[in-house]
Amino acid sequence: MIDERVAFVAFAVVALTGAVNVVVRRNPVHGALWLASAFLGIAGLFLTLGAGLLAAIQVIVYAGAIMVLFLFVILLLNLEAPPFEGISIARGASLLAGAATVALLVHPLVVARELQLPAQPPVPDVPATAGNVAAELFTRFALPFEIVSLLLLVAMVGAIHVARRPRPGESA
Amino acid sequence: MNDPLWLMLLKSVVVFGLTMTLVPALVLAERRVSAWMQYRVGPNRVGPFGALQPLADLVKMLFKEEVRPGGVPGFLFTAAPAIAATCSLVMMAVVPLGGTLEIGERRIRLVAADVDLGVLVVLAASSIGVYGITLGGWASNSKYSLLGGLRSSAQMISYELTLALALLGVLLLGADGTGLGSFSLSDMVARQAESGVWNVFRAPLAFLLFTTAAFAETNRLPFDLPEAEPELVGGYHTEYSAMRFGLFFLGEYAAMVAGSAVIVCLFLGGWHLPYVTPSEVVGVGGAALQAAVFLAKLLAFLFFFIHVRWTLPRFRYDQLMRLGWTVLLPLALANLLVTGGLVAAGIL
Repeated sequence: MIDERVAFVAFAVVALTGAVNVVVRRNPVHGALWLASAFLGIAGLFLTLGAGLLAAIQVIVYAGAIMVLFLFVILLLNLEAPPFEGISIARGASLLAGAATVALLVHPLVVARELQLPAQPPVPDVPATAGNVAAELFTRFALPFEIVSLLLLVAMVGAIHVARRPRPGESA
Repeated sequence: MNDPLWLMLLKSVVVFGLTMTLVPALVLAERRVSAWMQYRVGPNRVGPFGALQPLADLVKMLFKEEVRPGGVPGFLFTAAPAIAATCSLVMMAVVPLGGTLEIGERRIRLVAADVDLGVLVVLAASSIGVYGITLGGWASNSKYSLLGGLRSSAQMISYELTLALALLGVLLLGADGTGLGSFSLSDMVARQAESGVWNVFRAPLAFLLFTTAAFAETNRLPFDLPEAEPELVGGYHTEYSAMRFGLFFLGEYAAMVAGSAVIVCLFLGGWHLPYVTPSEVVGVGGAALQAAVFLAKLLAFLFFFIHVRWTLPRFRYDQLMRLGWTVLLPLALANLLVTGGLVAAGIL
């Protein structure tokens, strides 16, 4: 359907423009905003796949909560755009590493072109409604789901440990 | 979602027009009610009972000079009020004004966008709306504005959790064993209308938590720290003038209207008239009755919104944070747990 393709291209352009600008922009606030717009583009891509729930969660959690928190921290610390420091060995090395990563990511795409994959990904005939997602998540994927939540808990405990002030008389 | 294009356009115009009518009415009501509560007269010069005052204010805002402070990024400074206003106006699209109207063969659901995501759209729009306020504060290049924007983002993140958890508590009531009930506000109102019991009686704590968080999300007293005038001049909109300020103003009041409408739908039965089964209400007259009932509830809740503003003092910032994280959030979690248990046991 032509509508879907137009929507896909539009959202993909939004997502990619955002993603490129996150890396290119020097001002941290602008970078955060471009990242938020990339998230919105990805939410749009979810919508074109018929996954409205994922799109809504993408907007509420990533664009609406996490990026707002990022923005809050950037504003609170009053981060300025760092001055350009010229070219150094470390920068050259990171450039090489970045190029290598891009090559690694692009390689499967090139290989996949020769593999004659089906034009359309197999779409399951169950719609991605909240009920169906929950049913899968809490039955078939219950264990991975719990492990991921445990991982998040560990991260949270770690963050609290790092951030908390030592009690009087306690060494940090 | 299978409406013809003309019907979609008509619905959009009706809902947009309704919001844009309610906002000036609400501004006037706020000034008249606060005057009444403080034993003052309030605006009464322009038109009968001051009814044309909002119009006069609008004309003033349109013709005032747009001031832009030096050194501000032009695009973000202009975009911020637009984001705030747009996000607030979008929310009303998923609010049902009535049930289903049957004219001949055509079944018309009286809601602008009958998406099954429903209330999630409201949450998403409100969480994107924060950007308007935060960016307005940052792009103003002023310390008062920046502090207002910072407070706003911290407050929104803190109270959004309570809002979402309280919402989950209500959604659980719609669980029918086949998975979660629908997120659609139309379905939630229809369910309350069929059973005749409003959700506020089945989930009173969720109602209390959701309402409190909604006050915080709309930056209303006692949670209006982003624009606390004794400390921050005007808060995030200090540097804004004329219609750019007008858009922030519009956004705040439209968010109030939408927030109240969502609360009416989630907890107060939406268009359901007590002791009347929905099957008795038919035809165009029935639809008009439903819309009238919904509007009456909405206006009553908006009156409550205004009444709270002129009754309670403002929180201090640390009190705000403590209330959000150590009182409301644990309460919301406990509410979710208890409601879940009761639903699983078949009591609720």
